[in-house]
Amino acid sequence: MNLSETLHSAIASILSNKLRSFLTMLGIIIGVAAVIAMTSLGEGTTEEIVGQIGSLGSNQITIIPGRSRGMPGMPVASRGGNMLEWKHYLQLQNFGFPGIKNIIVENTTSFAVTHGRESVRTRVVGTTPQYPEVRNFKVDTGRFFDQKELDNAERVTVLGRTVAQDLFSSPEEALGKKIRVGRITATVIGVMEAKSSGIQDLGEQVFIPITTMQKRLTGSKYIQSMTVQTETEEDLDFVVQFLETFFINRLKDPEKFSIINQQDILDTINQVTGTMTLFLTAITGISLLVGGIGIMNIMLVSVTERTREIGLRKAIGARPFDILIQFVIESSLLSALGGIIGIILGIAGSRVISKFTSYPAIISVEAIIIAFSISVGIGLFFGIYPARRASQLDPIAALRYE
Amino acid sequence: MNQPVIKVEDLWKIYQLGEVQVEALRGVSFEIEEGEFVAVMGPSGSGKSTLMNILGCLDRPTRGRYFLDGQEVSQLNENQLAQIRNKKIGFIFQSFNLLPRLTALQNVELPLIYAGVPPQKRKEQAIKSLEAVGLGDRTHHYPNQLSGGQQQRVAIARALVNNPSIILADEPTGNLDTRSSEEIMHILQELNREGKTIILVTHERDIASHARRILHFRDGQLVDNETVEQPVEALEILKELEEEEVVESV
Repeated sequence: MNLSETLHSAIASILSNKLRSFLTMLGIIIGVAAVIAMTSLGEGTTEEIVGQIGSLGSNQITIIPGRSRGMPGMPVASRGGNMLEWKHYLQLQNFGFPGIKNIIVENTTSFAVTHGRESVRTRVVGTTPQYPEVRNFKVDTGRFFDQKELDNAERVTVLGRTVAQDLFSSPEEALGKKIRVGRITATVIGVMEAKSSGIQDLGEQVFIPITTMQKRLTGSKYIQSMTVQTETEEDLDFVVQFLETFFINRLKDPEKFSIINQQDILDTINQVTGTMTLFLTAITGISLLVGGIGIMNIMLVSVTERTREIGLRKAIGARPFDILIQFVIESSLLSALGGIIGIILGIAGSRVISKFTSYPAIISVEAIIIAFSISVGIGLFFGIYPARRASQLDPIAALRYE
Repeated sequence: MNQPVIKVEDLWKIYQLGEVQVEALRGVSFEIEEGEFVAVMGPSGSGKSTLMNILGCLDRPTRGRYFLDGQEVSQLNENQLAQIRNKKIGFIFQSFNLLPRLTALQNVELPLIYAGVPPQKRKEQAIKSLEAVGLGDRTHHYPNQLSGGQQQRVAIARALVNNPSIILADEPTGNLDTRSSEEIMHILQELNREGKTIILVTHERDIASHARRILHFRDGQLVDNETVEQPVEALEILKELEEEEVVESV
């Protein structure tokens, strides 16, 4: 009996009992659909996060005081106190190390920002003029402060879009107005574009020159973080090495600062989301296992039901192998069909979820091929035992079976 | 002289049922020539079913030898036996054993599928076979659309389709009324006249009398080898049945 004959008879057998075939396939359908949906949403989310991090500027190295805690590469609140000072920024700036394109500092403190009767408490960032370029975060209306305003510690401020909307009717109206930031009065010279980091709204910030913040607001010479942008990605490792030496020479203790490579953060995120995806896939894999057992169960029932048919086929010349193949093909076809339906449902499902949650879904061809192969494999594996039983039936007993 | 199509020598079949040994066949020997129509008769427990299973290569004897077409088949393995069944034996069962999901034509084609005959040739042969049993117009009917007699004729067509050396009919009329039984016996007699070797297993004397020779079995042994001088002609009985019907309707 050749393959196409066997396939034909398997299709006929599956179609002859549609409801039962469907219920049998259900386990595989759900399993495969879940695997496809999980992996595509997982991959989509990872890509989104990585993209967002990239959108916050590329080729960055961040230096923070103290040892960073938590996962490697993740900028978590540090201990070790205030070690980085404004003078380090100036020294680094003046060093002129090749490969370094920009250096910015960021000090963030929460202050009340007030205009007339409107007042919001928000993050006030003291920084340097290269901030928009390094952070890939542009001014929408007006301009950012310049080097001269930084050097003179002038009372100027650039508002985040959300803050501007909270205090004024429109960004244009904010320009030139005087507002209170903490205990100083500053002139609004610009409003940033609307942007989100994916985690927080970047519009809820107010920018002032770091010098203004240190001299007029906090009175502190320390800085919370320094970010170095390199010319190219290739420069990253090289510059990191330089920065290590540079800060060890000045701070005399590797425990007093941490250097965080943006690439490390991306690697960590990929690792975390990869583990998550693997974990979710493993859980849905259990559903596939259950589906496989369901198929085995039904195939065993089917063998019993068709005992006489098996007996007859043997009597008219079917070899045990012919019977084995017939049942294995049937179970494989059943699970392959379940796999195909599951893939379609999984793609549709991830599209729907993506629509309602705004998580992007990336359907990978690999996931589809793997899911399909696994479902066929399950049919093969769980079909072999029932098929063996069928092939070993004694034709005499089988023909007499009622 | 032609060699016999079936030759069995001192055939024993012993079943081990727990502690008890059951001797289903106890040293049976006989020969059947090509073109014979032989009935195997005996009450239940006489060993005729066991004999039928061995003759049909569904089972192997415990002892003794069985030659089919001059080939010793008593010690062949399962795959070889499957091939012998496929090529040399046509089975007809009491309960027809047609596959309900297949049409008459597909049922008849089944042995040819296992023989590896290509589809077109298979179909031609199956149609010829169905025509031979008078069902040329029922090829696309499913078993449940056919009467019992018609179903058994499909089964006969299936038994014939591989052009086997012997046709083994196991109580072929057991599930049929008198008229359908005689129709089936008529077909078997016709096939025999065309030269087919037919072995009929039955416990009914009326049916056995259609054969030209009867092997009587009792307690696992061949007790009588009876030659039927005047075999019953199924066609005659069919005519009588028709006349009776006419009389009744008058």
